[in-house]
Amino acid sequence: MTFINYASKEINCKIVYYGPGLGGKTTNLQYIYNKTSPDSKGKMISLATEADRTLFFDFLPLDLGSIRGFTTRFHLYTVPGQVFYDASRKLILKGVDGVVFVADSQEERMEANIESIRNLEANLKEHGYDLPTIPYALQFNKRDLPGALAVDQMYRVLNYKREPTFEAVATTGIGVFDTLKSVAKQILIELRKR
Amino acid sequence: MGSADFILYEEEYASLEEALRRLRQEANAKAVFLIDKNGQQIAAAGEIEQFDATSLASLTAGNVAATDGLAKLIGEREFSVLFHEGQQDHIHISIVAKRAILVVIFDERSSLGLVRLRVKRASVDLERIFETMLQKGERGDSPGGPASPFSEITDEDIDALFSE
Repeated sequence: MTFINYASKEINCKIVYYGPGLGGKTTNLQYIYNKTSPDSKGKMISLATEADRTLFFDFLPLDLGSIRGFTTRFHLYTVPGQVFYDASRKLILKGVDGVVFVADSQEERMEANIESIRNLEANLKEHGYDLPTIPYALQFNKRDLPGALAVDQMYRVLNYKREPTFEAVATTGIGVFDTLKSVAKQILIELRKR
Repeated sequence: MGSADFILYEEEYASLEEALRRLRQEANAKAVFLIDKNGQQIAAAGEIEQFDATSLASLTAGNVAATDGLAKLIGEREFSVLFHEGQQDHIHISIVAKRAILVVIFDERSSLGLVRLRVKRASVDLERIFETMLQKGERGDSPGGPASPFSEITDEDIDALFSE
């Protein structure tokens, strides 16, 4: 649900990074945070456990500049990936405008990827959204690991609706901004349709 | 998408700000914020520059969402008021018009009782303004122009945003 403020001339959109635990959602946000100039970002908030696992969410407000006189602001959130945090994941999807799915490329995480996409589909539905229509980008993260599955194999299993798909190494930033741009663009194009 | 966009026009924005200013003054509060349940700030009044409003909005919405989840777990519809007591500053959080969160930050110059009383009164005003907003949204009113300036967005506009 985009928030358009005509008084302060701002558009606010919400992007949620979804995916299985330890897949690199928080790392995506951290890289974006580190590479963005101070005047176009707010504070990054991480509600994490002592072991640095996301407990509730990470939050990063980004200011992308202005479009038709409106300041365009994206609020990036991650969800906790661990299966048992489903109640929290659901809460964070509330009001979402676009989703990035961060898949873990390691063969042994494929089941977890599949389960997480199913979970995303179900949780979106609970909020009245539909994965087939919502702005959505897919990221194959951890491409640098030796156990990474072939891209076409992952694509066949994980690509849901021919959404834009990116190879990434979030720790070094490969593919991180491309993924973000893709989903942000889709959100703005969606806005144009309305 | 699942829910309609939330559109705020200048007239209602001014009314909301006025209501918040009044509440801040009458409750003797440091600052008052009105936040969308999805974590975005709608309007604010008072000593707002000393707070990180964006973080405050996001954390408050998370807090309210988690508390809502707790309420449902025990069979309650919602907990409509949350109060956090600090050593110097305190936060009073309440739900307004089902979709917004009213946050009042106050210190020893005020009291919980006074804040509660004034929040109750202000909530009535705020609900009325939200009602007007909703009606406008349903009628598709938009003063001074086409329904949305974004229908004119070009691919170049969008690309320009990303050309750092």
